[in-house]
Amino acid sequence: MQQTANIHEHTAADDLALTVRNLSVDYHLRSHILHAVRDVSFDLVKGRTLALVGESGSGKSVTARALLRIIDAPAQVTSGEITLFGPDAPLRVDEMGENSREVRAIRGKRIGLIFQEPMSSLSPVRTIGAQIVESLRLHRKMTVAEAKAETVNLLRQVEIAQPEQMADRYTFEFSGGMRQRAMIAMALACDPEVLIADEPTTALDVTTQAEIMDLIARLQHQRGMAMMLITHDLGLVAEMADDVAVMRFGRIVEQGPTDAIFHDPQTAYTRRLIDATMRLETGHNRPPPPMDGPPLLSAKEVSKYFGEATWRGKKKWGITAVDGVSLDLWPGENLGIVGESGSGKTTLGKMLLRIVEPSTGKVIWRPGAGNGDAAERDVTAMPKEALKGYRRAVRLVFQDPFASLNPRMTVKQVVGDPLIVAGLASGSALEDRVAELLDMVGLPRDAMERYPHAFSGGQRQRIGIARALALDPEIIIADEATSALDVSIRAQILDLLLDLQKRLNLSFVFIAHDISVVRYFCDRVAVMHRGKIVETGTAEQIITDPQHDYTQSLISAVPNPDPRNKRMASRIRFAS
Amino acid sequence: MTLVSHYDDLAEETGPAISPLKPGDDPDKIAVASQWQLIRARFFANKVAVVAGIIVLLFYFVGLFAEFLAPTIPSKAQPRFTYAPPQSLAFFVEDAEGNRRFQLHVKGYAMSVDPESLRRSFTIDPDKIVPVGFFVKGEPYKMWGVFEMERRLLGAINKRDPMNLLGTDSLGRDLLSRVIYGTRVSMSIGLIGVASSLIIGTVLGALSGFYGGWVDLSVQRLIEIISAMPTIPLWLGLAAAIPITWSPLKVYFVITLIVSLLAWTGLAREVRGRFFALKGEDFVTAATLDGSSQRRVIFRHILPSLTSHILAVVTLAIPTMIVAETALSFLGIGLKAPVVSWGVLLQDAQNIRTVATAPWLLIWPCLAVVVSVLSFNFLGDGLRDAADPYGH
Repeated sequence: MQQTANIHEHTAADDLALTVRNLSVDYHLRSHILHAVRDVSFDLVKGRTLALVGESGSGKSVTARALLRIIDAPAQVTSGEITLFGPDAPLRVDEMGENSREVRAIRGKRIGLIFQEPMSSLSPVRTIGAQIVESLRLHRKMTVAEAKAETVNLLRQVEIAQPEQMADRYTFEFSGGMRQRAMIAMALACDPEVLIADEPTTALDVTTQAEIMDLIARLQHQRGMAMMLITHDLGLVAEMADDVAVMRFGRIVEQGPTDAIFHDPQTAYTRRLIDATMRLETGHNRPPPPMDGPPLLSAKEVSKYFGEATWRGKKKWGITAVDGVSLDLWPGENLGIVGESGSGKTTLGKMLLRIVEPSTGKVIWRPGAGNGDAAERDVTAMPKEALKGYRRAVRLVFQDPFASLNPRMTVKQVVGDPLIVAGLASGSALEDRVAELLDMVGLPRDAMERYPHAFSGGQRQRIGIARALALDPEIIIADEATSALDVSIRAQILDLLLDLQKRLNLSFVFIAHDISVVRYFCDRVAVMHRGKIVETGTAEQIITDPQHDYTQSLISAVPNPDPRNKRMASRIRFAS
Repeated sequence: MTLVSHYDDLAEETGPAISPLKPGDDPDKIAVASQWQLIRARFFANKVAVVAGIIVLLFYFVGLFAEFLAPTIPSKAQPRFTYAPPQSLAFFVEDAEGNRRFQLHVKGYAMSVDPESLRRSFTIDPDKIVPVGFFVKGEPYKMWGVFEMERRLLGAINKRDPMNLLGTDSLGRDLLSRVIYGTRVSMSIGLIGVASSLIIGTVLGALSGFYGGWVDLSVQRLIEIISAMPTIPLWLGLAAAIPITWSPLKVYFVITLIVSLLAWTGLAREVRGRFFALKGEDFVTAATLDGSSQRRVIFRHILPSLTSHILAVVTLAIPTMIVAETALSFLGIGLKAPVVSWGVLLQDAQNIRTVATAPWLLIWPCLAVVVSVLSFNFLGDGLRDAADPYGH
């Protein structure tokens, strides 16, 4: 590894915070050994951010955990040096005993860690304040009173309003963004020299993500910490990182300054990754379908209230998930619905299919709209049998490619099930049809006899699409269909859907929180906020010239995968 | 300048780095494995569970061929040998010249009478040799109540000689034969009981979990009421209600039903919980959207995902049944003589004097209960862990 010695020739040796040399981690699994991390070397430098980028399964989280020695069986570190530099002599973390006192002194105190899912890494049975106090007393040997004061101070630093009161609240009383702030406060409690942030904002909405990343960057700058940011989001990398290391299959395939990685990638894989991300930053340049005929599917003033009534029928409480939404989908059109979590977009999609019954309003379907026939059918009033016919024409593609396929059925059974239920095919005709569908979504015929666990996320999503296509639908409702996928796969699936649309004359309702995906895929976009549609327009207009305040703040919070043109820094905040 | 790892010079990698645990293993094998194959592989990796499974099978084998395996019929009293101690099997005899000769045998009994209490007691007499053989003719019996047979696996060659490997009871009945016959009853009462509680539990649990609402509410309240019943008094009452004129077999079935009527609640809760969880799964929603009827959703999509869990719960429920039968019979409200079960056998060991003079009456039936219950529990644990091959 002659090149690892000069990874940071431009940094003076005394700026180093942590170095990793030739780290390898193996997983001893039931059927094989997985080399999750192989010969990984990098440096963390004070005041700088190294982004560890890679797709799922590339070994980035395992690397971070190995630094803190918190990897559990069946994983084990097989080789490598981890050296922590500080005011005293350099410490060899890899030589310390598992769970020894030295390692525990480093965890939290000198290396702070922020997890992806704050809910599962904070204790639900103790107040936020108590958890921070504990860590302060443990690592900084403070008295209870000092620790309490410091806790309030920390919560104030992470911009939690009324920190005195909030310290006495429990995790479940905090929103996702607040929890992540508390988590950051906890990680920073002992003033660590190195901060590891493992997908810190993946579970958060873009606007919250922008705020959290702002906060982390500011605190890092104030304290001069070295930071390792683990993420799959190249946009975030471009906004945040000074240096980038690209991981794939356990190896670092390329590392260097952010600008060089983005604008002059040296390896084929990095180039592909960046291309896939950049491609999603463009529209698809498709002439929009004509919108003069009758729309294929319309929602008219659809609302959904969730609530609980007392046994006498009085309403105890209620929330309005969807509030009087109207929209139209024309034949051949891709309509995007974007919004943050809790905006009601998924409920709206479910109401279109009547998986959730609308409280008020109507869904109108015009089966012959493609031929100019405006005969209306009221989906909300359909009896069971008619609804089956409607659900054959309007299909759903699910978000989670793992949960949406029955693990006990072969691919043939999964894809063929709608055909069997509808009585459309059986025996060898069924087999041929399934093979044809698999071919359509780019899977080989011999996938038929396999079970879903044999496939990757992207392949599973293809199986899900094949199932949706089995009954020759007119409309496909895709609910976050690509959000569980890696960026390169995401682009492939979107291309597949666009290709299928051309061949099969489909219309899509595409529900997503990811603005770039919507821009790539959709003709028109409806922006939802708190159950209402605040703005509708063509995809280009929404992205480049948003009119509503909320849309503006949403668009400006989306990280831009170009380090020369950072967007988040100059974002617009929306106060509602 | 960016740094390029030297690996990129090599051919482009297409998948994660994997090496087999042992040379020659094919990591691709599990790709085409069905869920059942995964469960099986996982189960067989758990050695304790496999051993427990083998023991359970052995018990059932013994129960199935009880007539043939038992040295004699369990009701045959030997008034000459009451409370006779266990004899041990030996292989060689020495004749007068001191030559050792192979002869499977047990030692006979010597009787002594206590001059004060006139109680007879038996000790092993090392000089009396009772030759023993395999497949000897013994008491005639009906195999499975159908075939007239005389041959037994093991017995004294002379039919009139005593052979009591585990000793005898107060009437001089052979304990080994009784334990073997008891195995049939005790192990099968579990099966029948669990089968009926399985049906009630699964159906009510499924209804409760699938429909929710008031169906769920009433089933759950019913479960709570049944769980709140003090079981022993209830059993006492029900057992007292069984007409005295009924045949022991009829009583046996009724007792089984009574036990299972109270034991389905745990299974119903388990099934309900699983149904609740699975009902919200995307693949179930997908099946509904595919046009599947409710029945098809339940039987084609939800229940198959449950079978392995149900199997595990059932395996854990059988030992509860065995223990319940033993306890009831011990208290004299379950099975009664002449039916032989482990619980009935333990009735003989109810007073301390018997335990002091004939401890084997307590030890062997107890051991049978403990070993079978433990085996079932280990087996059930193994099955439960294997039931979800994607966990961990």
